[in-house]
Amino acid sequence: MKIQFTLNGTPHDLEVEPSDLLIDVVRDRLGIKSPKRGCGKGDCGACTVLMNGRSIRSCLVLAAEADGQDLATVESLSANGPNDLQQALIRRNAFQCGYCAPGVILAATELLARQPHPSEEEIREAIAGNLCRCTGYEAIIDAVRDVAKPTRKPARARKGAKR
Amino acid sequence: MKPFDYAIAENRAGALAALQQGYRVLAGGVDLADLLKEGVEPHDRLVSIDALDDLRAIERTEDGGLRLGALATLAGIAAFPDLPRLFPALAEAASNTASPEVRARATLAGNLLQRPRCWYYRSADFPCLKKGGSQCYAWAGENAPHSIFPSGACRIVHPSSLAPVLVAAGAEIVTDGPDGERRYRAGEFFVNTDRDPINETVLPQNELVVRVDLDELPARSAYIELKERQVYDWPLASCAAAWDGSKWHIVLGHVAPLPWRAVAAEELLQGHADLDEALAERAAEAAVSDAQPMSQNAFRVRWARAAVRRALLKACGKEPV
Ligand SMILES: Cc1cc2nc3c(=O)[nH]c(=O)nc-3n(C[C@H](O)[C@H](O)[C@H](O)COP(=O)(O)OP(=O)(O)OC[C@H]3O[C@@H](n4cnc5c(N)ncnc54)[C@H](O)[C@@H]3O)c2cc1C
Ligand code: SF4
Repeated sequence: MKIQFTLNGTPHDLEVEPSDLLIDVVRDRLGIKSPKRGCGKGDCGACTVLMNGRSIRSCLVLAAEADGQDLATVESLSANGPNDLQQALIRRNAFQCGYCAPGVILAATELLARQPHPSEEEIREAIAGNLCRCTGYEAIIDAVRDVAKPTRKPARARKGAKR
Repeated sequence: MKPFDYAIAENRAGALAALQQGYRVLAGGVDLADLLKEGVEPHDRLVSIDALDDLRAIERTEDGGLRLGALATLAGIAAFPDLPRLFPALAEAASNTASPEVRARATLAGNLLQRPRCWYYRSADFPCLKKGGSQCYAWAGENAPHSIFPSGACRIVHPSSLAPVLVAAGAEIVTDGPDGERRYRAGEFFVNTDRDPINETVLPQNELVVRVDLDELPARSAYIELKERQVYDWPLASCAAAWDGSKWHIVLGHVAPLPWRAVAAEELLQGHADLDEALAERAAEAAVSDAQPMSQNAFRVRWARAAVRRALLKACGKEPV
């Protein structure tokens, strides 16, 4: 069947099987490798992508269901190098193996788009569906809080000045 | 995944026509995609109902009830304005299920119609009773998450967190089909495995769930679920308690093949609107008095009892310990 969707701003017209999963189309057909095949059961969150701005599990979504939708992966966030959130995560050394990173970043991105100044509770809630087995989450939460701070503007300006 | 035919219903009539031809509804796909992938439910025809926007609505009725569209997502329900005050038990159940990514897609009807999580059922390698086979592997196998209450030989627990809440609140499940709209009382929608080892509900294949009606919201309600991990883990026991102005409704979740009405506890509380610790504890004890745990899950009888006690006290505005 024919479907079309935008992925990271690029429109795609594709011929897929109804039984194709979104994650397989995104990774294997379109070569976007940031969503990972983790548990394949919706538990771990490694396959997270944004669909119309909401984080979803691409391992449990048929490609056919993405027809007409707007999809995004972390690749879309760093057209001009790592964005504020990604830089904060780097500064905090928030990931080790990195397998969960794309999913965590997208879940936090959804949160910050909806709620630019989330509480710690809201941050924990937003990334609750993304398993990280290395860090214990604290550094991730701290990093999201760094960009969520109302004072983040001066920090960004400083960073820009250094370059 | 085994190939299947995929149709897109443009409207309700189209969806009903497809069901009539043996198609199976695909809503959020959270449950179905997994079952298809594992080959446990190898459907050869699926119909997407994503275009049926009228099934997405969540509305208050003029006389203070709620109408929840079949395609309302758990995230949508959890975000409904003022729900924690209007109907705390539903707010609690919808906002704690699984994870944000799952709640963004999981629909209400899909949640009520999702298949059991029994690991033998979920693996195509075990041709158990529920798949039409001749034995249940849970009896001699790993049965900690299985039923602790009387049932048929199949010992699943019903997986839905919303179902106990809707049963306790006296909701009605509204369907559309060849004979027009039908209404099922939530308390009669789910069946135990002694009555039907294969299907968890009485819903005929050719009916489409269109919404869930709550004509009246309980005056007080609470939902408690106990899990090993607080996120995306399945509850090992849960309880919805609702006071309708004259009577308590107490329904346990995740402990029996269907939302389990604690009749003895409801009777014990007759005439008591406000509960103290001692009364809640006695009701909780009564709620599990007919438990029949399996070899590995007697501990969950205590969990179920704790869930009942805590739900009752919470519904009375008392933070239980
Ligand atoms: C990691 C994880 C944790 C979870 N934890 C919980 C939990 O704690 N509590 C809980 O309750 N759930 C939990 N879930 C399950 C989740 O809530 C369900 O899988 C989801 O609600 C299914 O909804 P869906 O819209 O995706 O249904 P689908 O997968 O699309 O459909 C499920 C079934 O319902 C049928 N169906 C759907 N809509 C209709 C309709 N309108 N009319 C007729 N038939 C219909 C389909 O044909 C199918 O048989 C969890 C899931 C995951 C992945
Ligand atoms: S409990 Fe039911 S689903 Fe699980 S193995 Fe036994 S018969 Fe199958």
